[in-house]
Amino acid sequence: MSAPVVPAVPTVPARFARTPHVARRERTEQIAKWVFFAMSVSMILPLIAIVAYLLYRAAPSLSLEFLLDVPRKGMREGGIWSAFVGTLYLVWISLAVAAPIGVLAAIYLHEYARDNWVNRLIHLAVINLAGVPSIVHALFGLGAFVYAARFGYSVLSAALTLAIMTLPVIIASTREALASVPKEFRQACWNVGATRWQTIRRVVLPNSISGILTGIILQVSRAAGETAPIMFTGAVFFKAVQRGELFPYGLNDQCMALSMHLYTVSTQVPNVKESIPYATAVVLLGSVLMVNATAIALRVWLRNRKRW
Amino acid sequence: MNDRAKTIEVEDLRLAYGGREVLHGISFDIRRNEIFGIIGPAQSGKSSLLRCFNRTIDFEPTAAVTGSIRLEGEDVRRVKDVFALRRRIGMVAPLPVGLPLSIYDNVAFAPRSAGLRNRSDLDAIVERCLRQAALWDEVKDRLTSLGTALSGGQQQRLTIARALSHQPEVLCLDEFSIAIDPVTTMRIEDVLKELRRDITIVLVTNLVQQARRLADRTMFLWKGEIVELDTTEVIFSDQPGERHTFEYVRGIFG
Repeated sequence: MSAPVVPAVPTVPARFARTPHVARRERTEQIAKWVFFAMSVSMILPLIAIVAYLLYRAAPSLSLEFLLDVPRKGMREGGIWSAFVGTLYLVWISLAVAAPIGVLAAIYLHEYARDNWVNRLIHLAVINLAGVPSIVHALFGLGAFVYAARFGYSVLSAALTLAIMTLPVIIASTREALASVPKEFRQACWNVGATRWQTIRRVVLPNSISGILTGIILQVSRAAGETAPIMFTGAVFFKAVQRGELFPYGLNDQCMALSMHLYTVSTQVPNVKESIPYATAVVLLGSVLMVNATAIALRVWLRNRKRW
Repeated sequence: MNDRAKTIEVEDLRLAYGGREVLHGISFDIRRNEIFGIIGPAQSGKSSLLRCFNRTIDFEPTAAVTGSIRLEGEDVRRVKDVFALRRRIGMVAPLPVGLPLSIYDNVAFAPRSAGLRNRSDLDAIVERCLRQAALWDEVKDRLTSLGTALSGGQQQRLTIARALSHQPEVLCLDEFSIAIDPVTTMRIEDVLKELRRDITIVLVTNLVQQARRLADRTMFLWKGEIVELDTTEVIFSDQPGERHTFEYVRGIFG
């Protein structure tokens, strides 16, 4: 029998030598890093460009007066208060309807319902509903609320249509937030004889509330920005409102809205001062960004209180 | 020893997930105030068996249970108040689970769920359980800090304290030592020897030596069937009843 072949162990300097393979690997690593970085930056640039351009074009009209005053002289002068208040109305009413229903439904689906084909079918339906174009929701709202429910062409119909549109997304995001709470926590609670509701209230909700709220608030900005659903169901070109009036609309009234107003002054009214559509866009964008910033702040605050 | 009262009586217990049967009709008794060891390789149905005891198996949508389990003579599958049943059985999972609550709230969780609100009663329970779990001295000055911030070994003792907080008649531990260090393991083992005076302990373990150290009787469960159930001395002797047992406890197969 011959002696076993002992493989040569490289000396220490040789082991750490810069072989061509190592050099190539490092180069690839560098390239990859810079490509990813460039893509991330390219995401920010359009946003900055849009905001800067809007502000530049809107500058002549932007003032507190523009926000508080109502449109005058066929929208060629004055402000956008009627539309701003209308959007507030629509968004908060739709939220007041969609958020409780969405969150409670999601809690049922995720915490109570058994994982059977009915549950999976509902899940599938929710996902698909979230993908339905807003114009389709608009048609549904027109048929269901304006005509079938006889709410007429009104704030209520428009808000409900927005609620229907945001509901599936709220359900989906709430489900996700609930799913992020580890299963072990629930099992530990059940093992000591806690009911499902005690488990949800004491452990699941406190640890998923940040995700749930974020999901809801992001829907606020979506509801504020949509035009189609409200155009079919309750938003009008013009409605006479007093300057700075806080409750100009009732549930049965028609109303103005920012997104709709932007469309009106951009395309429907001739000889509008050029800065007015841009200023309207700035107010709309500003409101949405402010809501989103609130969401982020809330998320950070709640996350800091998170307990694991 | 044989005439000691039975705490848990299992009769022809079958458990299937979907169509796959994991417990094939097993029958055995657990006696009051003994440490009952269950050993066996992974996938032999040990954890599933424990989940049948306190009916958390109900949360498994595909699970189907037949046969009977009686706790102090009462069929667990017929009890009206399943939450009260779960409070009669303490459960400790393999990985420590500190709930994302304060140390105090972790231990007070079960009594509160059961409806206890009186602060001084809760204080007494929290202190008693933390002492029983040999954790009191380490955390008594920071009961309001987070249970999840404790080390793994401390969290496992916290889990045991929580399992004791509802004054169970039976304490089931499912491989409680796999995520903690040997020193803590030995401390908890001492705790268990103390607890035996008051309650019945079911100890599921992968460490056969742990069963040998602690258990009065040991059951060798393999592929959903009982290979052998006898006093620990017999199971770990040179001549247990079954060849498989001999080989498993010596690490020859498994």
